[in-house]
Amino acid sequence: MTVEQLATSALTALRHKHLLSTADLSPEEITLVLDTAEAMKEVGARPIKKVPALRGKTVVNLFFEPSTRTRTSFEIAEKRLSADTLNIAIATSSVVKGETLADTALTLEAMSPDMIVIRHSSSGAPYLLSRICRSAIINAGDGMHEHPTQALLDAYTIRERKKRLSGLKVAIIGDLLHSRVLRSNVHLLTTMGAEVWVCGPPTLVPADIRRLGVTVTHVIDDAVREADVVMLLRIQLERMEGAFFPSLREYFAVFGMTEARLRLAKPDVMIMHPGPMNRGVEIASEVADGPYSVILDQVANGVAVRMAVLYLLAGGAAHEDAA
Amino acid sequence: MPVVMDADRIGRTLTRIAHEILERNKGIDDLALVGVRTRGVPIARRIARSLKEITGHDIPTGALDITLYRDDLMRQQVGPQPLVRRTEIAFSIDNRKILLVDDVLYTGRTTRAALDALIDFGRPKNIQLIVLVDRGHRELPIKADYVGKNLPTSPEESVQVHLQESDGRDEVVLEGGAA
Repeated sequence: MTVEQLATSALTALRHKHLLSTADLSPEEITLVLDTAEAMKEVGARPIKKVPALRGKTVVNLFFEPSTRTRTSFEIAEKRLSADTLNIAIATSSVVKGETLADTALTLEAMSPDMIVIRHSSSGAPYLLSRICRSAIINAGDGMHEHPTQALLDAYTIRERKKRLSGLKVAIIGDLLHSRVLRSNVHLLTTMGAEVWVCGPPTLVPADIRRLGVTVTHVIDDAVREADVVMLLRIQLERMEGAFFPSLREYFAVFGMTEARLRLAKPDVMIMHPGPMNRGVEIASEVADGPYSVILDQVANGVAVRMAVLYLLAGGAAHEDAA
Repeated sequence: MPVVMDADRIGRTLTRIAHEILERNKGIDDLALVGVRTRGVPIARRIARSLKEITGHDIPTGALDITLYRDDLMRQQVGPQPLVRRTEIAFSIDNRKILLVDDVLYTGRTTRAALDALIDFGRPKNIQLIVLVDRGHRELPIKADYVGKNLPTSPEESVQVHLQESDGRDEVVLEGGAA
């Protein structure tokens, strides 16, 4: 039987009005989001997967970059909370007619949405919005900067299996340079006391990554050895201007996650990937589909975590940002 | 701070309610208990224990969090959101007689939210309301089927239910007011 838990979370609100970066979140705030997501996950298991919590709230999903899983995940989360959702896809908006981001935002703002979920190819675009809009802004991925809800759902998935985050060895392997998932995860995992190792070819390791409190290696076996969690990052060919490594085959030979390499990790290792995967590049198919893989759990948990973020931000900031 | 119910009184009251449940429902067929978080949950478990002692049968028992159904959510312009906890109803409520359990019945707004939440889980045969204390001052047309104690109060007073499971002791206390 479950033991009755009272007041597990010390906090009942986030300190900030927006979710722009995981670097802004304290351990208590992260725990609040993950605890709230646990309750939200149960809603998704009901016969009627909808609660009236955000009735009358309007959420705009503003996606300047193609996205399937993040956009649909946010949209399902918003609908399960009964919010009214509005999807603005770049191809059909006035941006193609030359409107600037600020003008687009102000136009939307005039329709007074309560929250704007934004994905943009430029780092910092959500910050710009947070300065000019009254709505709460949720960063759904900005350039090579951050993707906070992805890191939160990764942390949720890890905590669900391992029951904790602190003290775990998490190896993040792949295209570190172009990855917003990496930055968000490093901030969050180090805040929660995990031991983070990052690994990739020297050309794909950001110069200042050590300052974030991680161990850097170019030897995949060192990263994987005794790891509790192995997280693979996609090789982002679309963001690469120039040659970062000789060939995809060679990348796979040196940095690809194979079953043989997996044996170096802890016996109960979890394999994660934020998707979309390049099979045979950063991850072998046997690993992606194998028993250690939680890649589909990550997608499922994404909805619950985004519901938690939407719910918590809908009430406004606890104090300091309160206007 | 007058103590209006002590541990013995709470124990006897819940046993009496268990007998009333059996009498009105002519047995335990199709019964299930659902406690409203937080203190309705341990009360529901205790009633389930009493029912088992009397009949020898387990009654399915669940926990309901009504936060996402509250009618005061999003009413303020800015403010922290109430904490959401897990709902745990591991059985189908379709065609069951649901015994909804809460500690204090006051305005009836929590019960309204609980009824809406329950209906989203299925179509029960009926829903019966059990409360440890009914303190009056209803703002909605809601009435309890089983009442531990009717306690006349003024709106300025507050009724605090303390339970062993959450607070380390069994006690109902009336606080505040002009007295």
